[in-house]
Order: sequence, then C-alpha cells, then structure tokens
Amino acid sequence: MKTSVVENQASKRAKNSTEKSETRNPKTQIVIALAGNPNAGKTTLFNALTGLKQKVANYPGVTVERKEGVWKAGENAARLIDLPGLYSFDVTSMDEQIAHDVLTGKVANLPKPDAVIAVVDATNLERNLYLVTQILEYKIPVIVALTMVDLAEKQSLEIDTAKLSKLLQVPVISVKAAQKQGIEELSDAAFEAAHCERKLYLPWLSEAEFLETDDAIHLSLSEDAAANRKIFARYNFISDVYQESVKPVETTERGVSEKIDSVLTHKFFGLFILVAILLLVFQTIFSWAELPMSLLETGFGALGDFAKANLPEGILSDLISDGIIAGVGGVLVFLPQILLLFLFISILEDTGYMSRAAFLLDKLMSKFGLHGKAFLPLMSSFACAIPGIMAARTIENPRDRLATILIAPFMSCSARLPVYTLMIATFFAGQTVLGFISLGAVLMLAMYALGIVTAVVVAFILKRTLLKSPPPPFVMELPPYRLPNVRTIFQNMFERSWLFVKRAGTVILAISIILWALAYFPRTNVETFIPTDANASVEEIQKAKQDFQQSEQLRNSYAGKLGHAIEPIIKPLGFDWKIGIALISSFAAREVLVSTLSIIYNVGKDQNEESETLTQAIRDEKRADGTPVWTPLTALTLMVFFVLAMQCMSTIAIVRRETNSWAWTLFMVGYMTALAYLAALLTYQVGRLFLN
Amino acid sequence: MILTNLPIGETAKVVSVKGNNAVTKRLMEMGVVPGVSVKVIKTAPFGDPIEIRLRGYSLAMRKSEAEAIEVSE
Repeated sequence: MKTSVVENQASKRAKNSTEKSETRNPKTQIVIALAGNPNAGKTTLFNALTGLKQKVANYPGVTVERKEGVWKAGENAARLIDLPGLYSFDVTSMDEQIAHDVLTGKVANLPKPDAVIAVVDATNLERNLYLVTQILEYKIPVIVALTMVDLAEKQSLEIDTAKLSKLLQVPVISVKAAQKQGIEELSDAAFEAAHCERKLYLPWLSEAEFLETDDAIHLSLSEDAAANRKIFARYNFISDVYQESVKPVETTERGVSEKIDSVLTHKFFGLFILVAILLLVFQTIFSWAELPMSLLETGFGALGDFAKANLPEGILSDLISDGIIAGVGGVLVFLPQILLLFLFISILEDTGYMSRAAFLLDKLMSKFGLHGKAFLPLMSSFACAIPGIMAARTIENPRDRLATILIAPFMSCSARLPVYTLMIATFFAGQTVLGFISLGAVLMLAMYALGIVTAVVVAFILKRTLLKSPPPPFVMELPPYRLPNVRTIFQNMFERSWLFVKRAGTVILAISIILWALAYFPRTNVETFIPTDANASVEEIQKAKQDFQQSEQLRNSYAGKLGHAIEPIIKPLGFDWKIGIALISSFAAREVLVSTLSIIYNVGKDQNEESETLTQAIRDEKRADGTPVWTPLTALTLMVFFVLAMQCMSTIAIVRRETNSWAWTLFMVGYMTALAYLAALLTYQVGRLFLN
Repeated sequence: MILTNLPIGETAKVVSVKGNNAVTKRLMEMGVVPGVSVKVIKTAPFGDPIEIRLRGYSLAMRKSEAEAIEVSE
C-alpha cells in the first residue's frame, strides 16, 4: 500500500506559489521540518541553522510549543519547523499528534514540509533510527543528520555513514552543530532533497505483511497485534542496518553516566541528594529573587505615582495607576522568581537529572495516582502556582497533567505568607507549645501540611472519578548525563517566562480593571470630617481625613455592597461584611487581604503585615454589640480558608491557558472554594464548641 | 521467565512482549522487541521502578509494566 506513486511534487510547488503572494519573502516558502528523539541534539542544531531568527508560539488549541525559524544557506532559504522531541509517530500523545499533522500538512498556515531532517543521536543509533523508519513512511524526502558523533567516537563506536546512507537510501551527514561542522553539507543535501522526489524504499513494510502469515513469529508477538508487528519489522530492519554499518564494541567498562547514576540514584542516598538539590534550588530562588522583586515593586509603585502626578486628575488617572499599573504590576513582580525557577528546571532537564528525579519518586507519587514527573510542578507551587502549573507541561498524559494542575494551588505559595504572618502576629505572637516551641511556627507548619494533605486526597479522588484512567505508563528513557548547553538553557528560560508575561498579561489586565471598578464606583465624597484627636497637627488631620475618605469609599462601593451581600454566607465562619470585602478583593491576589484590611480599618494604605497599628486595629475592631469581631478562632478560620481557596486571578488565567478549557478552570475555582468554605465552617463551629 | 524475575546485573534475551495495550506498544517502540538483549541495572529506592539497559541506552519502567516482558537466558 505504501508503494504508491510519490505525491506529485509539481502540483505541490504550484500550491506553494499561490501562497507566495501573501508573504513578504517568497524564498521562505520552502518548508523543512526537523524531527528527532528527545535529547538527540535537535535544539542545538535548530539554533545553529536559524541563528536568532526564530519564533515560538503554540499550535492552535494545544499547549505544544511551535518553534519555527528562517534557515538561510547561501542562496537558499527555508521555513524550518522544529517538531517536538518524539520517540514515535504513533499518535498516542499530543506531541505525536502534532508532529503527524505537520508531516501530513494538516496544520493551518503550514504547508506540508518539502523535506524532513531526521536528527539521529549516534550514541543511541538503533532507537533513534526507529523514528527515522517511521518518517520514511511519510513519502517526504528525508535527510539524516547524525549528531553526537564525537561522543560516539569516545565510546569507540565506529559508524560507516556511507554504508548507513546506502542501506537507508537517504543522505546521512555527520554534524557537530555547536562547532558548525557539517552544516554546509547538510544544507546542500537538504535543499537538494527539497526540490527532488524521493524514491520510496521501505523494505520492512513488506516484511510486516509477510509476518502476518508467519505463525511462528506471530505467536511470539502478542495476539492480534498488527501494529506491533510493524514495530517488530522496523526494528528487524534497523538491526540489520546497524550490524552492517556499525563496528560493534565490546565494553565491560562502566560509562560515566552509569558511575554518576550509581550515586545520584543510589537506593539510599539518592533520595537525600534529591531533597538536598531541591532545597538548594528553592533557597536560591527565594534569596536571589528577593532584590529584583522588591525593585520591581518599588518600580511599579513609582510608575503608578508618576502616572497619577502627570495625568489630569480623574477616573482615567485612577484607572491607570490604581487599576492597571497596580494590578498588572502586582503579577509581574513574580517574574524574577519565575525566571529563576525556569532556569533551574532547564538545567535539571538538560543535564538529564529530571528523569532521575521522576525515577526516584514514581513509587511514592503513583500511590496517589500521580506520575513521578508531577513532583516538580508541585514543589514549584510552594513558590508560586503559576510556574508550577506551567512546569506540568513535562507530563505527557493529559489526564495526569490535568490532575497535577488541579491540585497545584493547594501548595501554600509565597503570596499566602503575608496572610499567615498577619494572623499569627495579631493573635498568636509570643505563645508557645509545650513550653518551648513557638505556636506561630506550629501553625505555619500546620497550614502547609493541610494544603499538602488536601492535595493528596483530592488527587486520589480525582484519579478514581473524573480523571479515571489506567495508571500512566512510566516507560521512560534515562538519558545519559550531559553538560547543559548554556544557550539552550537561557533560551528555554526566556521563552517560557515570556509566555507567562504574555498569557497572564491579557486576562489579568481585564480582571484588574473589573476589581478596581468594583471598589471605585459609585463615588463617595466625605464632606464633613471631625478629627478625633484634638491635638493633631494639620498634616495628621489631612492624613486621617484621607484614610476616612478611603474607607468610606470602600464601604459604599460595589465591593462594599458585595461584602454586605455575602455577609449571611460568611457569618457561619465568624466573618463580618468587612472581612467579606477583604475576601472579595483578595480574589485578585491573596496578599491583597492585608492592604484591604488596612484600608477598611482606617490605618492607611502602606501598612505591612507586621505593623503594630494594623494588628492593634484588628484586635480592637468591635461589633455593634461591643464584642470583638476577631478572635484567635476567627484568625485560624481565615488561615484555613486561605490555604484552600482559589484566590489568585493569575493562577486562574494560567489554568485557563494551560488546560485550554473554561470548564476545568471553573471546576477548579468551584471545588476549591467549596472545600475552603466547608473546612473554614468546620474549623469555626467545632472550635466554638470546644471554647464554650 | 518474566523480566522482573531476572536478577540485577543479569542479561537475557526478550522472547515476547505480552498484551496489546499502550504500555506494550510503547515498550516495543522503545526497542523492547523479541530478540533484543536486555540487562537489569537497578531498582529505585522503593523497589520500583526498575532500570534496564538495551540497544546501548537506559530505560526505566514500573515492575507492573515489566511483567509483560518474557525473557530467556
């Protein structure tokens, strides 16, 4: 069936030329795809061929990265498409589906490639050639680019490229992309092939058909496995090719990778080393990000003030400085953390350690129905759920990835810290448990534990109900350890971080404006203000009046009305309408609770969580009947609510982007809010029973 | 015998890959086909997954997945 006539190249050229008029550079209309196994050196080759002329986007509707560049070689130029790293084209994962769509010309605005460069790792020839046999079945001219040749030589593997080329009947070119060796030969071969037809030579397919009638081999394969028979036939062909073109080496010596592995994946020390590496990574992220984050914060503050000072007073100026700059700025301050996290993830991935971490932890994670690879996204979420959710991309199975995304926000992120700290400083400071352990530290730990336990339970339930699927296969390559390529790492870091900025940007901008408007309208003007302190200076009176104006504005705004509206719902939790306003505004970001409480309680906008005045104001706040609004129990209830509730518009925006579904996003917001409410209700009501 | 019964450090030839599902398909795509020799390298800290070596590279899989692979010494 595969021996039919090669697709008419002339008609394809004609089709391409009709599209030429739409683009500025008609030469780029030759399309060449780059395909290869993960870790085969594809990215390095892609960089060497395209230089800086590349762009990264997503394929429509999915989160598979679409990398494209312009490859110029002498007079020739081509659109170079970097396919995702693949082991097979059998359309069982999103990556494989996309790669298949590209090679069959099914992707919008992307003509079927004129040629495919198959990147083949010389040190892992047999398994890499498997993908090549599949590409060859696509009736597109193929050029094999042999990478890691120097490493193969070190392992004293002698590969006869001429022989290999003859056996496969396609050009085979050794390249050392980092040193730009072999690039010229590769481009000559590729551009020549792109203009030619390829004579199909697929001997293994006839063997597969033959095998169907061969009962002896049929039995040794699984029953009813036509597809598996094809896989077997491809590998049979590859084994023959390998034996003829590679001089076999007998080695008893353990490779460098195996030596490193005997330490890093040691039965006992392996886990300790893993924990140590992760601690080091997170410690570094927190300490390195601190300065740039506070600089960004100051910067956005100054920008807001500048806008306010230079724009004519009015709604527009308030919208720009308090709504847009404050809202978007509040999210962009996390950029340093995200850049650093992605830097470390890229290093861990590129060296080959990431697969080992999954190998070490899979048993533990699979107990909760999660894949070993879910560990890193969840760890990252302790810093911030946004990079954590983005890191879940490394999980191939969509259901496992979704389960990981849905539980990631339960990890107590850095934005919850100000809330915990405020509550502890107000009600539990200086108290101890058993005489010497600080109660604050115990509570803090309890909040982190509550989040982790909830995440584990939810994952367990999700994987048995909504996301029910057989345990994800863990058949995974442990690639040899390699020194990371600096350029690849930084490129990875910036590309992923830029996606964060771009993605979060749009939705966050919209929500910032909505929340700002809720607190801004309708306008209230305080006409009469009676200073409480008769001895106050003019400035102090002015300041007190401003604070009063701010709190009156909030009280009468739509947000204030919403606070009143939700009071019956939150009353069983021990919260009044003022805390209701704080809950609504902290939907934008958890730490906003602190500044909102400051505004409501009239203590000025620039209070921080440890400020004496704010803690005092919270303790002093009375209900109409004179009883205090806040008790230690209220504080504990609020903390429990914050552990479990989905109060972060940036996370919501990212989940929407990463799952590509509003349904799942709303499901997450819904179930998290419901859980938070129930847990807070339980805490408050049970707590009251004990206290009475 | 089943691959999971092969002691660490031993090499054997794959006789068959049983079953017809996503896991066996992926195993075969990764080169675990009848006739290939595999060597068991180690198990992870909790006894699972295992690491095997074949065709010059390392492959990790869960024991439950390795049970589909029959080998002979």
